[in-house]
Amino acid sequence: MLGLSLREISAALKQGQVSPKELCQKCLSLIKETRFLNAYITVAEKKALQQAEESEKRYEKGQSLGILDGIPIAVKDNFSTAGIETTCASNMLKGYIPPYNATVVQKLLDQGAILLGKTNLDEFAMGSGSTDSIFGPVRNPWSYSKQYREKRKQNHHRADEDSNWLITGGSSGGSAAAVSAFTCFAALGSDTGGSTRNPAALCGLVGLKPTYGLVSRYGLIPLVNSMDVPGILTRCVDDAAIVLDTLAGHDPKDSTTIQDSVGPFILPILKDVSKLCIGIPKEYNAPGLSSEMQTLWYKAADLFESKGAKVVEVSLPHTSYSIICYQILCPAEVASNMARFDGLEYGHRCNVNVSTEAMYAATRREGFNDVVRGRILSGNFFLLKENYDDYFVKAQKVRRLIANDFMKVFNSGVDFLLTPTTLSDAMPYLEFIKEDNRTRSSQDDIFTQSVNMAGLPAVNIPMALSSQGLPVGLQLIGRAFSDQQLLTVAKWFEAQVQFPVIQFQELMDNCQAFFQHEKMASVSLK
Amino acid sequence: MAAPVLRGARAVRCWSLGVGPRRTRALFAESVSGRGSRRSSAAAREPRPGAHEWAAVVGLEIHTQISSNSKLFSGSQVTFLAPPNSLVSFFDASLPGTLPVLNKRCVEAAVMTGLALNCTVNKKSLFDRKHYFYADLPAGYQITQQRLPIAVNGSLTYNLGGGTHWSPSATKTVRIKQIQLEQDSGKSLHDDTRSQTLIDLNRAGVGLMEVVMEPDMSCGDEAATAVRELQLILRTLGTSQANMAEGQLRVDANISVHHPGEPFGVRTEVKNLNSIRFLAKAIDYEIKRQIEELQNGGKILNETRAFDEKLGCTVSMRDKEGKQDYRFMPEPNLPPLILYDAESLPVAADPQQVVNIDWIRERLPELPSVTRQRLVEQYGILPEHSFALLNEDGLLEFFQNVVKETRTEPKKVIGWILTTFLGYLKQQNLAVSESPISPSLLAELLNLLDRKAISVPAAQQVFEELWHNKGKTPGQIIREKKLELLQNQEELEEICQAVLDKHPQEVTAVKKGNQKVVNKLIGLVRRATQGRADPGRIKQILEKQLQ
Repeated sequence: MLGLSLREISAALKQGQVSPKELCQKCLSLIKETRFLNAYITVAEKKALQQAEESEKRYEKGQSLGILDGIPIAVKDNFSTAGIETTCASNMLKGYIPPYNATVVQKLLDQGAILLGKTNLDEFAMGSGSTDSIFGPVRNPWSYSKQYREKRKQNHHRADEDSNWLITGGSSGGSAAAVSAFTCFAALGSDTGGSTRNPAALCGLVGLKPTYGLVSRYGLIPLVNSMDVPGILTRCVDDAAIVLDTLAGHDPKDSTTIQDSVGPFILPILKDVSKLCIGIPKEYNAPGLSSEMQTLWYKAADLFESKGAKVVEVSLPHTSYSIICYQILCPAEVASNMARFDGLEYGHRCNVNVSTEAMYAATRREGFNDVVRGRILSGNFFLLKENYDDYFVKAQKVRRLIANDFMKVFNSGVDFLLTPTTLSDAMPYLEFIKEDNRTRSSQDDIFTQSVNMAGLPAVNIPMALSSQGLPVGLQLIGRAFSDQQLLTVAKWFEAQVQFPVIQFQELMDNCQAFFQHEKMASVSLK
Repeated sequence: MAAPVLRGARAVRCWSLGVGPRRTRALFAESVSGRGSRRSSAAAREPRPGAHEWAAVVGLEIHTQISSNSKLFSGSQVTFLAPPNSLVSFFDASLPGTLPVLNKRCVEAAVMTGLALNCTVNKKSLFDRKHYFYADLPAGYQITQQRLPIAVNGSLTYNLGGGTHWSPSATKTVRIKQIQLEQDSGKSLHDDTRSQTLIDLNRAGVGLMEVVMEPDMSCGDEAATAVRELQLILRTLGTSQANMAEGQLRVDANISVHHPGEPFGVRTEVKNLNSIRFLAKAIDYEIKRQIEELQNGGKILNETRAFDEKLGCTVSMRDKEGKQDYRFMPEPNLPPLILYDAESLPVAADPQQVVNIDWIRERLPELPSVTRQRLVEQYGILPEHSFALLNEDGLLEFFQNVVKETRTEPKKVIGWILTTFLGYLKQQNLAVSESPISPSLLAELLNLLDRKAISVPAAQQVFEELWHNKGKTPGQIIREKKLELLQNQEELEEICQAVLDKHPQEVTAVKKGNQKVVNKLIGLVRRATQGRADPGRIKQILEKQLQ
């Protein structure tokens, strides 16, 4: 039941096959059983049950609010949630309980969705592994899938060895793990450089980064205001469209949202792709791209072609500058956005009270991890009067060039771009942490980052399992505000590739046993 | 080095007089003749130009609070003297995830002010973040308009002689560099005994217009007069109450001195001047200080100073951090501010969503300079009177109402308004709106005077009675006090004759040809009639009787 699509579960609720409360409880107990994934930072059990009860009453009266009524969802812990702690996985905001809901959260609640809890992430969404959280790293549910375990057995690894568990990707890894492990039906992530698409790819999910300005950022604790968008993580394309339909549209509280009316985001079944032109950007054949990944990419292109679509090679010549450009613009905005965390109004405050300045310094040193502090430091450097033109202004110019690359390609008649989402499938945690956050982020954002520079919509669609039995995804990129068409094509692609369902449930007993073991291990550490 | 000191002191007399005890009205005349433009001073015309003379240069940054019900980027109310932290939205407190939403009213106010100050209103302007850590700045940055402000390249004309010795040549112009929209900060209250700081965020995020005036002024009086004129304009527009005592208008002055013909000197910034009087004083003091410092071989530091109101001098603020780098950055949460005019206005534009410059231009009220000119033309009053009428809130309206209800010539009415009426108000420190005498009552009194029903001294007496006894009419007072003019010729002749009879010496003197004594006799008759007789008629009768 927990693996159903939104439409299916909604129908089940309507028909009374399951009640919102039962459904909520099922999810809550699965969250407990999968605690070892570390997907959630906060589980709002009491509130969720309360919401489920209200939903149940509506269903009993035949007054359900719509397709999302009674459906459990999860939200990344960098969206403000009224009355529920919102930490950004940082000491700085530990214990911070916002007095208001982010617009996207409010919209979901208004539709009757049940907010189960807040999901784990890299501190302040800075990372690509969901490994740099004060609450510890998130584990990829596929680490415990039958598909992966069997492949490992074939390759003479011990199936139960756990040290090789995989990362989810990030920074919305908690949301990805939560959806992938069936603990909720959809989750919100955020996407600044790929933070929704990257974990979606590694966890075998649909991960949508909507067009900048289509979905309100009000209440999303910012990383890079000019690139952030709320992202949507679901198990199928239709689900993503349903959630987007709820979220999209102008928000008077966010001046960067589009004023025109948008949607509805209902996806027709595309039968004929012969009128489509799919661009394959040659620059995405980047060093580090696994040959397996490359093969699947070309296979996907062939698929489009074999069904009648026009597939052309295109060039986005400034792609390679995207990461370095991001490494200037992101820290600059971070330095600015993080200035408010001074220990005065909310969040962490140190014990030092020699002077206000000393208090600021100690608070910020204690509150932020090295990654955040590093970006604040470099960002302030880039913004110094003497450096501003050499770094920030130049980076903005490069950003414009990157956006122009896309414009040119789309103006030349290309409808969508097809690219890999990640270099390869998910990496074991121990392998991943061999490099620092900065290195990993610059490697992992390579195919996703430039889309944020240009504000375009993009979606990861799971395509197949790798030789290791792990998900591999491809990315479709569309013109600004072509989200509906983008998802329509994604839905067609999804139907073509028939990505397998994670065989996770069967391993739950196994996992529970492991969980016990883990618990003891952590106890013995103390 | 005594000579240069003396010469220096003489050359800068415009403002050195200003700070000295000999501050007189002549100050204006001197400064006018002394400087045709900002680059030439009295000294520049002397044979050895600039050798030991000093010229001062003053520029102003004026922060003025926009009259608006809500803040610049949030819906919080704006009210003076509300309980601390009672007007704070989530955005004002910088809660993570909150975003700024621009207040249209504030934009319109800035456009209106820009137009009134002859600025070019930019159809596209941008917002920037200015970063610094301070306890009453919750976000760690202020949203302002550093790169592309809403209005640029304007000018403000002011007249130094306003209200005193007006002359066309005392008219000066200061260029307005720009007007930018920005947020106000909160307030810090330092409790030294408990060594803690209390923060009130009620003011945090209130909309300000920063008006930047080019260094076209050269003394405290010029700066003060320019600010006073700006104040009048803002109030006329209704874009700011510009009340300095309530912090709605705050001035930072940039001041430097140099030898004429040489580049400008190093400037200091005197911050947070919160009254016109202190503004003038602080600037004059600072100019004097800088000249003395340089003449004594010292150096001027590019520093921030504050004006000590008690000591009457400026003191270095000695910023601990030294020069700040504000790390400006574009505000990413606000799209460019686009303004329209009749031509560029999109057809389908929602009037609630757009600001139309032409629409605002058409609705600009009459500006003070135009009002003054109109008053001079319409009523035949003197230019300085027109200044005086505008300098007091409500005075012009009062004057116009009186004029409407009386046959008395406006030229005469203005005398009563500016001398008698204003005098009484000032004496009791009252505003025009608090006057015990209404325009109708004054008009009635002036009508009586005009009909020659009473004499001028009697009218003065009636005015005083009206002032102190609310509810009475001039007619009543005249009857009660028997102040009406003695019209009866016989009665008057009798009184005159009686006076002549009692003063034979004076009569003799007049007859011997000393005509001046006639005036004394007139005075005596007036006293005998308790001021109720017309001096002209008395003179007539006396002359007849003395023949």
